[in-house]
Amino acid sequence: MFAYYLELGLRSLRRNPILTALMVVGIALGIAASMTTLTVMHLMGSDPIPWKSDKLHYVQLDNWSPDNPYNDDGSPPDQITYRDAVALMAAGKADKQAAMYKLALPIQPENPEVKPFQALGRVTYSDFFAMLEPPFQYGAPWDHGQDAQHARVVVLSKETNEKLFGGQNSVGKTVRMNSIDYSIVGVLAEWKLRSRYYDLTNGAFADPDEFFMPYTTAIDLKQRSTGNNSCWKNSGDGWDAYLDSDCIWQQMWVQLDSPARQEEYRSFLDNYVSEQKKLGRFPRPLNNRLLNVNEWMRDQHVVSRDVEVQTGLGFAFLIVCLVNTIGLLLAKFTRKSGEIGLRRALGASRRDVFTQFLIESGVVGISGGILGLLLTGLGLIAVRALYEQYKTVAHLDWSMVAMTIVLAIASAVLAGLYPTWRACRVQPAAQLKI
Amino acid sequence: MEIRPIISALMRSKASMVLIGLQVALTLAIVCNALFIISKRFELMHRPSGMNETDTFWFGSNGFGQGYDARAVQQTDLALLRQLPGVVAATTTNSVPMSGGGWGEGLSLQPKQKKSTANTTVYIVDAQGVDTYGTHIISGRNFKPEEIASMKFGDRLTPPSIIVSKALADKMFPDGDALGKAVYLNEDPPTTTIVGIVDRLQEPWVENDDVENATLLPGYMPYGNSSRYLVRTEPGRRDEVMKQVEQKMSEANHSRIIGKLRTIEQVRAEAYAGDRAMMIILSAVIFCLLTITALGIVGMASFWVAQRTKQIGTRRALGATKYDILRYFLTENFLITSGGLLLGAVLTYAFSFWLMTHYQAKLLPWHYVPVGFLCLWALGQIAVLGPATRASRVSPAVATRSV
Repeated sequence: MFAYYLELGLRSLRRNPILTALMVVGIALGIAASMTTLTVMHLMGSDPIPWKSDKLHYVQLDNWSPDNPYNDDGSPPDQITYRDAVALMAAGKADKQAAMYKLALPIQPENPEVKPFQALGRVTYSDFFAMLEPPFQYGAPWDHGQDAQHARVVVLSKETNEKLFGGQNSVGKTVRMNSIDYSIVGVLAEWKLRSRYYDLTNGAFADPDEFFMPYTTAIDLKQRSTGNNSCWKNSGDGWDAYLDSDCIWQQMWVQLDSPARQEEYRSFLDNYVSEQKKLGRFPRPLNNRLLNVNEWMRDQHVVSRDVEVQTGLGFAFLIVCLVNTIGLLLAKFTRKSGEIGLRRALGASRRDVFTQFLIESGVVGISGGILGLLLTGLGLIAVRALYEQYKTVAHLDWSMVAMTIVLAIASAVLAGLYPTWRACRVQPAAQLKI
Repeated sequence: MEIRPIISALMRSKASMVLIGLQVALTLAIVCNALFIISKRFELMHRPSGMNETDTFWFGSNGFGQGYDARAVQQTDLALLRQLPGVVAATTTNSVPMSGGGWGEGLSLQPKQKKSTANTTVYIVDAQGVDTYGTHIISGRNFKPEEIASMKFGDRLTPPSIIVSKALADKMFPDGDALGKAVYLNEDPPTTTIVGIVDRLQEPWVENDDVENATLLPGYMPYGNSSRYLVRTEPGRRDEVMKQVEQKMSEANHSRIIGKLRTIEQVRAEAYAGDRAMMIILSAVIFCLLTITALGIVGMASFWVAQRTKQIGTRRALGATKYDILRYFLTENFLITSGGLLLGAVLTYAFSFWLMTHYQAKLLPWHYVPVGFLCLWALGQIAVLGPATRASRVSPAVATRSV
């Protein structure tokens, strides 16, 4: 019977090709608009490190001015000071911990073919690699000993290694940065991060880091951050005064393996700030915060408001397309009342009529879904063209393809249900009168 | 024209009528709010930065090594830039409007003031600063060469004189007498004197509320081994000068990297890329939505016409003119659309309130709704015109034929 109904459906759709095209294109556009925006939103906000995102926490302390909060809503600043970062690192109370900041340095390649270039990197501790787990192609991270020795070592990204050494294993070689030689201990494999969640202050969708070097080494060389720096009072003159100041320019991540450990760390932070208050720092009320990866991403609006509004509009548009399809199917099925009456009078049950028409609307839905999937692909290409920085989040993955198909069929069946229900309520007797 | 028969006919196909009305309502709600967002973004994107944007570009220079004398390099670079043909003015600086990164400070009227009177960005420039940015001094004077101090990054800013934008001057001194006044940069003495006011200069952060507050501060201050230069050229010679500069700067000194030269037009395009994308996406949604709704009305009207062919024939046979039939369908569409629009007006404001509570948007100005009404009425009438014309051509003879 299914084959027969399918044939009937196709024949009926062929009879009004323009109307059929209108319904299919309507569903396809609705699906494409909603799925394009949903894909971007989903991938932007997706958990970058699902196996441990509840263990990694971002440390916030409120060392801001007694007269003005850092944020209007009273939430603590998004970075911490050098002196607090170093104190928390020295205390070592978390299971793993790494303070970090952004640094740009000129790289002077040995190979005369490659021109010197300015590279953006990250200055951090060895636990960075153990916590965030970037994959290594060659070598390994530096170790705690090298942190302590202020070792002149560096980890390169895959791209930097390709630029400098043609992708060869460069571990053990040196790279000259700002006229100082650093020995390469490791090279990352491709690290596919949808958002650079570990430094949201300096841009969730900024370019990936090109090198990593020990924090202690960079501080030895008096390297200020190339990223954001905020002060609420004069930092005084010179480097030492700056390190001692209340300027915030550091990010700090800690790994806490259990809820109990998290509680311990929270009370450790409270104690730390209370101690500092005795020294005359931290003039504001106690306002520490320890958010995990997903909480921190939400707090910092990694999914931008524009993207949320676009997604809302995308779905509103889908609803309009569905209402449109319902109306057209309804009109179409109503016109067939005579035919339905005849079939019913000849012995077809309501269920038969229902199946027949639902198959017809199903065909519309599936065609709309397939076309919608293609249009979603085009839509994502358009988003990549419009928002250069979203290249990591504007592509279709399998879960979204599956979801598109499900959404398309669900929409079509939903759109077909009411007209079909109306069609099978046709009274045979009423239609057979002339 | 009798409306009652139209309504009673409509009541016989309530569902279709409701669906078209609903579609019109949603369309109105989405189109009004989307248009409002577009117009807001358009306003933002077209605010003047205060700079001469067409003839100006900027770039960075990053030297390497401990022996690199950034201060000396700045002076030779400036001399080189200024003697290039086509260059009108050049200065060292730390940032430009719309670039997204810069230096923020507070200005106060009293020492140790708890909260600064105004926030401002600081552009650290030399005597050609005002001229290079292309902003105009409306009162007071420009910096004198002897005021350009040699400063070290990390030291406190203690300039004897500053030039501020008009917006900042008015914020600090609402009476309009800012010129010559002493203010505190940060909270501690010494004071600095406002020696000049420029008509307009924006901050690097376009999303800030106080985006018009800018301060020009005289000085040379390399950031480690890095410096940034801003260059203004004669009209129409920008691209030619940029090629020259790129080549000459690299040749002049081999122990440094010249960063990418970027025009202020590029800086603007990048600053507002997100707004531009939002405008394009919303325009596409509006276009698709209006098309779908119009085609939906065409489709539905075509069905009604086909369904009522016999009745139309009967009416024609009983003396109705072609025009009467045409008018019937136009009026019917007008009634359905009007119903939808009334519901749509409610939805429009529901949507606007939602945007207001979740996204700090402003409430939709009322005039969008009547304009939206007119547009959708017109859209409906145009969409229904085709099927209605077809209906009016139904021959009265149809009435006498059986099915």
